[in-house]
Order: sequence, then structure tokens, then C-alpha cells
Amino acid sequence: MLLVVDHVSCIYGADTNMPVAALKDINLVIKEGEFIGLIGHTGSGKSTLVQHMNGLIKATDGAIYFHGQDIYDGDFDKKNLRSKVGLVFQYPEHQLFEVDVFSDVCFGPKNLGLPKKEVELRAYKALKQVGILDEYFYQSPFDLSGGQKRRVAIAGVLAMEPEVLILDEPTAGLDPKGRDEILSMIKNLQKEMGITVILVSHSMEDVAEYVDRIVVMNKGEILFNAEPKEVFKHYKQLEEIGLAAPAVTYIMEKCKEAGIPVSTEPTTIYEAKQEILKVLVQRK
Amino acid sequence: MGIIQTKNLVFEYIRRDEEGNVEGFTRAVDNVNLDIKQGDFIAVLGHNGSGKSTFAKHLNAILYPTEGAVFVDGKNTTKKDNLWDVRRTAGMVFQNPDNQIIGQVVEEDVGFGPENMGVPTKEIWERVEESLKAVGMYEYRKHSPNKLSGGQKQRVSIAGVLAMHPKCIILDEPTAMLDPKGRKEVIRAVRALNQVENITVILITHYMEEVIYADKVVVMDKGRVAMEGTPKEIFSKVDKLKELRLDVPQVTLLAHELKKSGVKLPDGILTTEEFVKELSKVFGNR
Repeated sequence: MLLVVDHVSCIYGADTNMPVAALKDINLVIKEGEFIGLIGHTGSGKSTLVQHMNGLIKATDGAIYFHGQDIYDGDFDKKNLRSKVGLVFQYPEHQLFEVDVFSDVCFGPKNLGLPKKEVELRAYKALKQVGILDEYFYQSPFDLSGGQKRRVAIAGVLAMEPEVLILDEPTAGLDPKGRDEILSMIKNLQKEMGITVILVSHSMEDVAEYVDRIVVMNKGEILFNAEPKEVFKHYKQLEEIGLAAPAVTYIMEKCKEAGIPVSTEPTTIYEAKQEILKVLVQRK
Repeated sequence: MGIIQTKNLVFEYIRRDEEGNVEGFTRAVDNVNLDIKQGDFIAVLGHNGSGKSTFAKHLNAILYPTEGAVFVDGKNTTKKDNLWDVRRTAGMVFQNPDNQIIGQVVEEDVGFGPENMGVPTKEIWERVEESLKAVGMYEYRKHSPNKLSGGQKQRVSIAGVLAMHPKCIILDEPTAMLDPKGRKEVIRAVRALNQVENITVILITHYMEEVIYADKVVVMDKGRVAMEGTPKEIFSKVDKLKELRLDVPQVTLLAHELKKSGVKLPDGILTTEEFVKELSKVFGNR
């Protein structure tokens, strides 16, 4: 078990007269190589939770274990944790600052105190992994398109060679093609490199398409923790907490209501298509 | 002439290197001709870097044309004397709600615009009230904006523009940073303004589902208008849209995929109701 969140609670402003419980008794186990989707409306505690996972916020109560070690132990290497659990914030391209793409990606590993050769090797590898062509390496990161900037920012985290990659809405503000590109790139990292991925997202369609397991947060608690099909069965409950099921689920529901005997399980376009074709063929 | 008209609009900017030497020119908007009528709901689509935001910034004189001209309610935006009229006629809402709210209290924030226009105090309060009611945020008038959700903040931003009594609102990806609920709230508010108050809406977005109610969709690519038509016409061309890095609503895509596999469905299905109706026909015929 790679990362264990054990009875974690977090209270903001605990010593004031307006304490806010952001996380309430969270239990979560993350295994190596998983692709997890973390969903919840604005203010449900998603970001607070992921910031606990690399030690940016300390839990008010409870413990977090990374590779079985308690990260709150006095002799635990926090710096190592932060490089092993990489966090990509929302709009990460706002954090680009160097004169060229390559130096920007070098910044992280350089700060780990690695030899220059190793730093450059890692930066090169990371840029290749996110699909940035050599010709862009010595351009200013500010001259790139939105999608490219975001790739460079993600490369900056990959160059730390994390075991867990946490991305907070990596596709916000990108055009549809850009969204697909970034997400398939992330899926690839998980599949090819075995990186564990936690994807914070507002898009149910994306989550349905890419992740193995969904964790639904509401008011600082975990409401569901299961595979997408299972979670989206409860779409009425999801709506109550400001979320929804993928559009496909609704289409299938309506079809069924209209007397077309389809299953309401499909959550992706491909599955829906197969299901409808199957029903049509049976009818013949 | 409509409320907004662009004539051969061109915008170029100069690219410079670090020392400030000219590296070249980029044509961000290239010969755009549009005539938008009062009360229209226009959606603008286009991939990142297609020029849609640059175009939008011409509509309330944040940017000025390099060539051609923009007329807002018949007034040329390049003339300095017209600036206030142009900005008052065409209000703009941006992507990030946190960048647009300055007041400590919701109603103060909404009153900021009319106050700057020199509207009498009594009328400011009337305008604040009606604007907040129009976007469904009246009950939050005494709240602090930073305690609101993203969708609520964005609706306050829209109310802030409304209080200036514009004839036209331009929204540049107003839902990009919101969760599904917030997105719905904002789009519902925008549609109500268009239908009830007859305010012209120009909505720039990356979410295909948001544009199916528009009167007209304009697709931009490389600074030009690449496609123009009703949502039905535009979303019938699934492959062309994909080439332009765009997408179609999920239900349209599903119908398109089924059609490719031989199911007899019409092009350009936009809503679930339509889809179910058409599929029922196919199903009944078998």
C-alpha cells in the first residue's frame, strides 16, 4: 500500500471562534499504479485532502502513511515525500518563470541537489514524456500555447520522478482537443511508467473515461469510493451534492424510460454505442 | 446595422525578444465580419489560441483594431469620445471570478459600476436590487463575496455588469473554473437575461453543451471565422469540428457514432429528448 490516509481530520482555524472542519475522519487507501478520480463540488475538501498527501498541510487528527511510514514521525524525510508525491496545482502554467522551457523543468531536480548531468537528463526525459518537441526546449515558456505551457508545468513535476502524481483539474480552460491530449498523456504515464495518478476533476465524462476508481467528497467526508460504474449508479445522490453523472448515463436513462430496453450502466460514449447496437440487433 | 458590427476587423501585434527587438508580427484576428442583432444569443467557439478572446476584447474597446473597424451601437470604438458609451453598451465578464470582484459586500460590488458612471444614489440601489434578482443572488446581497462559491461569484460579476444597464454582455469562458452546478447556474442566468431582458449575449466557451441554445454559433480558427451557423448546422459537422480541435455535445457524438455503425439517425441531434425520439423511431421500425 503506497499511501494510507488513516482517520484524518483537518480543522481550519481550530484556535479561533470560527473553526471550519474541512476534513472529517477520512480513510483512504491508495495502491501502487492506480488511477483515481477525486470529485466533489467546490469547497468539498478535495484540495485540502490532496495537500495532506504530500505534507503541505498537517492533519489536526489522524495519520498518513507513505510506504508504511508515518509521515508525521520526527525523523521522516518530508523533502523526499514532496518529491515522491508530486502535486500539480490548478493552472500550473502560472508558476512557470524561467527564461526557457528546459531551465524551467530543471528547477525542481536542481533543488533536490542532484548533479547537473542528472538534472538535465531528468528534464529531458520529463519533457519527452509530456510530448514537448526539442524545438521548443529553448523557447520562452510564455510563447507557448495554453496546452503546451501546461505540459511543461507537468514536466516540471515529473522531473522530480514522483511515484504519485496528483493533478488538480489539469484540463481547466483547455479546448476539447487539448483536454483529450492532456488526459491521454496522463493515462499513458500511469500505464507505461506505473505512476499512481490522482485526478481532481469537475468533468464526469473525463472521470468515467479514464479512471479505475472514483472517490467522491462532500462536506469534508468521503461519500463514495468505488469504480465509476458503481458510483454513477447513485447519480441522484450525486446531483444532490452539486455533481452529476456523465451525460451518457442520462441519455440511457431517458431511452429506458421511453421503452427502449437498454441497460443504464454505460458511462462512456463507446459503451453506450455498444449497448444500443446490441439492443437494436436483438430486436431484429 | 446591428448592436455590434465588425468590418474587416484585423488585429496584429508585434512580437519582441527579450531586448525589445522586433521579431515579427502575429495576426491574431484576421478579417472578421460579423453583424450581431440586438437580442441575439451568439456563441463563439474556437481552440486555445484561435483568436476568440482577442476578438472579444475589441467589442468593448479593450483592444483597438489594427485594420478595419468595430461599431458598438453604431459607435466606432476607436474614437476616444465614444469610449464610455461603448463600455456602457457592451459589458464584459471574464473567466476568473476572483479577479473581477472588488467589493467587501456583494451589493457594494454590484453598485461599483453605476457609481462610477455617476448614477444617483437612489437609482444605484434600485439597479443593484434588480441586477441581483436577475441572476438569482438577491438573498446574498449582504454576504461577503469571498464566502461564495465560484458559480455564485460569477453571477455576482454578471450582476455587476448588468447594473450598468448594458445592451450587450460578452462572457469570455465564464464557466471554465466552475463545478457542474456552478456552470449550470451561470448558464441559466445568462439565458434568462437574453430571453427575459432581451440583452444581447456573446458567449465564448469550450463547453459544447452550453451553446446548443444559441441563435448562432461562430467558430474561429487562426483568427478567422471558420464556421458560422445555427447550433444544428454547426454540430452536424462532427469531423470538421474535431479538425478544429473542438468537440460536439455528448449526445450529438453518440448519435454520430451510431450513425457511422449504420443506425439511421439524422445529423445534428442536440438534446437528449431529440435523441430518444429519433432512436424510438428506429427501434419501432425494426
